[in-house]
Amino acid sequence: MATETVHQIEDAPLTIAGRPLRSRLMVGTGKYRTNQEMVEAIAASGAEVVTVAVRRVDLDRSNEEGILHHLDADRYLLLPNTAGCYSADEAIRYARLARAAGFTDWVKLEVIGDQETLLPDAEATVDAARTLVAEGFTVLAYTNDDLITALRLEDAGCAAVMPLASPIGSGLGLINPYNIRTIKARLEVPVIVDAGVGTASDAAITMEQGVDGILMNTALAEAEDPVRMARAMGLATEAGRLAYLAGRMPRRERAVPSSPTRGMLA
Amino acid sequence: MNQIEIRVNGEQRRVSEGLSVEELLRELDLQPRMIVVEHNGDILRRERYAEVAVGAGDAFELVHFVGGG
Repeated sequence: MATETVHQIEDAPLTIAGRPLRSRLMVGTGKYRTNQEMVEAIAASGAEVVTVAVRRVDLDRSNEEGILHHLDADRYLLLPNTAGCYSADEAIRYARLARAAGFTDWVKLEVIGDQETLLPDAEATVDAARTLVAEGFTVLAYTNDDLITALRLEDAGCAAVMPLASPIGSGLGLINPYNIRTIKARLEVPVIVDAGVGTASDAAITMEQGVDGILMNTALAEAEDPVRMARAMGLATEAGRLAYLAGRMPRRERAVPSSPTRGMLA
Repeated sequence: MNQIEIRVNGEQRRVSEGLSVEELLRELDLQPRMIVVEHNGDILRRERYAEVAVGAGDAFELVHFVGGG
């Protein structure tokens, strides 16, 4: 009861491109062991924004179901990504195909620059963002934890900028909190940390930097129990957000007693 | 019935002559409302699947949404 009051009074919902969202946690749909497990984990996470990828239909297994057979497009905001694209042109092509599916003009823009680290190609991402924004897309751009690139993406018209916590699928957590805080301090559009979160404490620490949200996939899909982990991530995202809003106590390199020093027995 | 050769998702295929795109999808056992079609490099709007004819040498990319992050 009390928690809910605090939440409602002191925190406005994350709003992207004018759309308020019911959670600051966004989740992916890749790599789950079963579709059933994916559906349950997404529900347990409380996320509204759910990412999907665009791929060729497998013609040899044409009865293979696409993800839309499992996800209710009225309940979730399906956010197509351009994952796996290595050039601006390729990412633009994937974004256009995704929009033609008729669900949304939102796209999670991702242009990868290196196969081994999956780190983003900043220049190509900015180029693709400019084109997609001009075509009317609502662009959420995955990027490095680099302020200058983040500023350029905002300048290109992105609706949100999504710096990484650490490389995709690494589970290493938030490697450079300073960079993330710097980006958050300078951007006006929402900052969503995307990729690298491994467990609930990573999510809380990330949200404590003051960012607007987190997107994760592997941390849920590769957990031993994805549904439990999804619930943990939902709580940690909210906990980290509330801790940020609450303002933490100062760090000091000396102890200060919590109980009165006066009134001790002689 | 005459057959024509087309390219679907990078593979050569022989299909009956005179099909519409919608008929092609059904022949491939796909549900048209779940598929996005790129026809010779251009996205084909779903409303046009029934009216656009499949021609010899045409290239199609048929995509859908799958799990991803």
